[in-house]
Amino acid sequence: MIYFVIRRLLFAVVLLFVVSFFTYVLFTALPTNPAALTCGKNCTPEVIARNEVRLGYDQPIHVQYGRFLKGIFAGRTYGPEGASVHCPAPALGYSFEYHECVTDLITRTFPVTLSVAIGAFVLWMGIGVGLGTLAALRRGRWQDRFATTFSVVGISLPTFFFALLAILVIVIWGGLLDFPQYTGFTENPIKWFSGLLLPWATLAILSASTYVRLTRNGILEVMNEEFVRLGLAKGVKRRTLIIKYVMRAAMVPIVTIAGLDFAALLGGAVITESVFNLPGMGKLSIRAVTDSDLPVLVATTLVAAVLIVVANAVVDILYGFLDPRVREKV
Amino acid sequence: MSTPLISIRDLHVSFHTQDGVVKAVDGVSFDVMPGETLGIVGESGSGKSVTANAIMRLNFGTQVDVSGEIIMNGKNLLEVDDDELRTLRGRQMAMVFQDPLTALNPFYTVGNQIAEAYLIHHPKATKSEVREIVLNAMVKVGIPEPTKRMDSYPHEFSGGMRQRIVIAIALVNNPQLLIADEPTTALDVTVQAQILELIGTLQEEYGSAVMLITHDLGVIAETADRVMVMYAGHAVELANVDELFETPTHPYTVGLLGSVHSLDDSSRGALQTISGTPPSLINLPTGCAFHPRCRFELGENSLCRTEAPQLHAVGKSRSACHLPESQLLQIGAKGGV
Repeated sequence: MIYFVIRRLLFAVVLLFVVSFFTYVLFTALPTNPAALTCGKNCTPEVIARNEVRLGYDQPIHVQYGRFLKGIFAGRTYGPEGASVHCPAPALGYSFEYHECVTDLITRTFPVTLSVAIGAFVLWMGIGVGLGTLAALRRGRWQDRFATTFSVVGISLPTFFFALLAILVIVIWGGLLDFPQYTGFTENPIKWFSGLLLPWATLAILSASTYVRLTRNGILEVMNEEFVRLGLAKGVKRRTLIIKYVMRAAMVPIVTIAGLDFAALLGGAVITESVFNLPGMGKLSIRAVTDSDLPVLVATTLVAAVLIVVANAVVDILYGFLDPRVREKV
Repeated sequence: MSTPLISIRDLHVSFHTQDGVVKAVDGVSFDVMPGETLGIVGESGSGKSVTANAIMRLNFGTQVDVSGEIIMNGKNLLEVDDDELRTLRGRQMAMVFQDPLTALNPFYTVGNQIAEAYLIHHPKATKSEVREIVLNAMVKVGIPEPTKRMDSYPHEFSGGMRQRIVIAIALVNNPQLLIADEPTTALDVTVQAQILELIGTLQEEYGSAVMLITHDLGVIAETADRVMVMYAGHAVELANVDELFETPTHPYTVGLLGSVHSLDDSSRGALQTISGTPPSLINLPTGCAFHPRCRFELGENSLCRTEAPQLHAVGKSRSACHLPESQLLQIGAKGGV
């Protein structure tokens, strides 16, 4: 098992290098000249050309990538001499749009995205697994029909539609909540909570719908397994049977999918953050796209990729712990 | 004659499906005597497994109707409540399933699973007691190095070893009735013999009655004391094992025996088959369910086509056939093995 964990982690590191390289190459291959962003509107081509040399954008791509990597581990100084800026390690680039180190931008926006993701995750797992279990145990009855309807509606509604609907009904008509606004958890936990309630609900409805189906089908499938019948034949109590036999087996795939979904959400909930005007990573990357802010774009993409790769590794290792059959095979 | 351990009277099990009502078991009655081995034989879909599951009440859902009586220790198992049923399952009666590869919970060690079966019915047992019981059970079913193997997971065992574990689970509470539903079908031939022998040995040791469900007449011949032959949800013949093979008293049994190849009898030539296919359980033929395939059927407007035959004494056996006793005995004498 330890051997498996070590191997899995080494593989993750290799994968990260590959991902970072392709991300970097992909974005620098865009026709936008990153040097054009270094000075204002009245830039002359000469200034741009000079800045291009100073920033190293005239270098071949592997040299640029090498400097980028070096920056991550050792920090890097950007900008023309005299007006240069130093970003300490891990330096992911410098945004001339924000006039800030990209790493600072990310450390500022990540807590917002993390808050959004954690709340939504708790909510959707609770609703999804809870409702899915109920539906499976009361198969064919009204609870099942309710859960199925919920999941169809939830999956069909686009995020932005549900988000706008929630704002209209709850904030504008109902006046039940203030317009969602991000407040740091350490600043004011109550405001943090009430401000994030609608974004959480918006994200949770969509994901919970998928998890209702996953859970319901998973449980029904396991219930038909022979080992569950053997449990019954042993005289196991229904409650024990559901928990120790059915849920134990049905949860394994769900836990692993949930890990990946959570990581994907940490990369930024683009639509939700935009609609609710939350200053998270999703919004940061959307702005970077519209502004052609390449350093930010590369960094946010890379961070999202890192989260997915890490989550993948964690999930794989977790799977080994959850399922003894996987443990042996690796 | 002693009192039966379990009496099944007029058992009906039907499943409601989209295509109609499937009458899987249609009025079956039989007894199992203490300590005996009752073989139940029949082709797929004849209602053998459904009967077994009905006794354990394992096939109860909203889409199933079960009626009749299953009397054990003076109680009708179809009427006891869930709590009482739980005290019977695993304690008075236990079951061994067909496929040992899927019958064990893959997430727990085999030791844990045997211990669970014991603890459910002996909740006050101490840890060391349970450990002793588990080790003992594993030794009895012939698992080598039980102290080491009790912490292994099911996937670390071969099919035969897993079936031994399932048997250990079934017998750990010393039940009066062991229902073995095709216990050897999923195993290869050499392991089959070992498992049957194991069941036989343990049965002698514990004095349990065994209901052995199989489609394999060879298994029946080797292990059963009495045999019930099922066809399309009905019991068509009930006989002692020797009588069944020597003088079968039902045309279906004759057909079944004729379809088995015998190594020491090369003179018989080609294997016989029973023409036609088993009937749809949704739309059973009128009268005797076997009449469309029966070589001896009495013809139009005869009882065979209008009235379902009941089990009655024919020679030393009981047969559900409208043919006169003398004719049945004559057919049987030719059709025996």
